[in-house]
Amino acid sequence: MFDLTGKKALITGASGGIGGAIAKALHGAGAEVTLSGTRIEPLEALAAELGDRAHVVTCNLSDGAAVDALPKQAIEKMGGLDILVNNAGITRDQIFMRMSDEEWQSVLDVNLTSTMRLCRGVMRPMMKARWGRIVNISSIVGATGNPGQANYAASKAGMVGMTKSIAYEVASRGITANAVAPGFIATAMTDKLTDDQKDKINVQIPAARMGTPEEIAAAVLYLVSEEAGYVTGSTLHVNGGMAML
Amino acid sequence: MSDVADRVKKIVVEHLGVEEDKVTETASFIDDLGADSLDTVELVMAFEEEFGIEIPDDAAETIQTFGDAVKFISEAS
Repeated sequence: MFDLTGKKALITGASGGIGGAIAKALHGAGAEVTLSGTRIEPLEALAAELGDRAHVVTCNLSDGAAVDALPKQAIEKMGGLDILVNNAGITRDQIFMRMSDEEWQSVLDVNLTSTMRLCRGVMRPMMKARWGRIVNISSIVGATGNPGQANYAASKAGMVGMTKSIAYEVASRGITANAVAPGFIATAMTDKLTDDQKDKINVQIPAARMGTPEEIAAAVLYLVSEEAGYVTGSTLHVNGGMAML
Repeated sequence: MSDVADRVKKIVVEHLGVEEDKVTETASFIDDLGADSLDTVELVMAFEEEFGIEIPDDAAETIQTFGDAVKFISEAS
C-alpha cells in the first residue's frame, strides 16, 4: 500500500521538522522529491541523506515571483509534478490589540498567499496528467483559534477554505486537494515553548504527549497515495485528540 | 475548410465528445457544446500544445466560439 514509485513531489518547508519527515516518508515510498525551503544547508543535507531521487530548490516564499517560478523549477528537475505538499509556514505571535499590519501581512503572505500561488502553478501539469495530489498543512489553531496567533490562525483557516474550493473545481480531473491539521508537534517551533508551557499543553491533549513529525508525515503519505483517490476536500486532524473535529 | 480549422475541430470533438456537425463557426463552447469553465481552460491548453503557441489568459477569455478559436490561432501561428 501507499506505493509512490514514479511519482514526483514538491515539498515546501522541507528543512523543518515536519517538512523533513514528510520528504522522508514520500521518498521512502518511492517518490522523487524536490525539497524547497529558504536555507540551503539543511536542504542539501537532507537530499544527501535521501540519496537518489532528491533535488533541492531554495525559495523565499514571501517573494511572489520566486513562488510562481518554484513549480517550474521543480518540473525542470524532475520532468513532471504529481504531488504538492504546502508545508512551509511562519509564526509572528502577538496579542491582537498590538498586532501590526506587518506582522499580519507577513504571516498571510507566506502561509496563505504562497500556498495559493503554488496550487495555481501546479494545476496545469496535474490537469494534463489527469492525476494530482495537493496536501496543504494547516493547523489545529485554524479550527480552534489561539491567543496571540490571530494572524497564524487566520492563515491556517484560510488554507482549509481554499483547499475545499480547489477540491470542488478539479475533482473531476483526478486531482485531490486535502489539508492536514497538526496539533502540537515536537519541532523547532514548539521547542521555543518553556517546560511550564509544554506541561500545560500536554494536560489538554488526551494522548498526553506532543505528536511527532513522523505522525504528520504518515497522514500526508496516505492522502497523496493512489488509495486515497476518493478523499478530497477533507481536513485530517492529527492532534492526539486535543480537538475532535 | 482550412487546416487550422480541421485541427481545432478535431480537438473540440475529442475533448467535448460532441458530433462534428455541431461544431459550427458560431457554436459557443459553453452554450452550444456543453463545455464547463474547466473544459474551456483545457481546450486552450490543448490548442497551445497542438499549435505550439502561447495563449495568454486575457486572450483566452475572448475565445468563446469555434470561430473565435480558429481566428485567434490562425493569427497567432
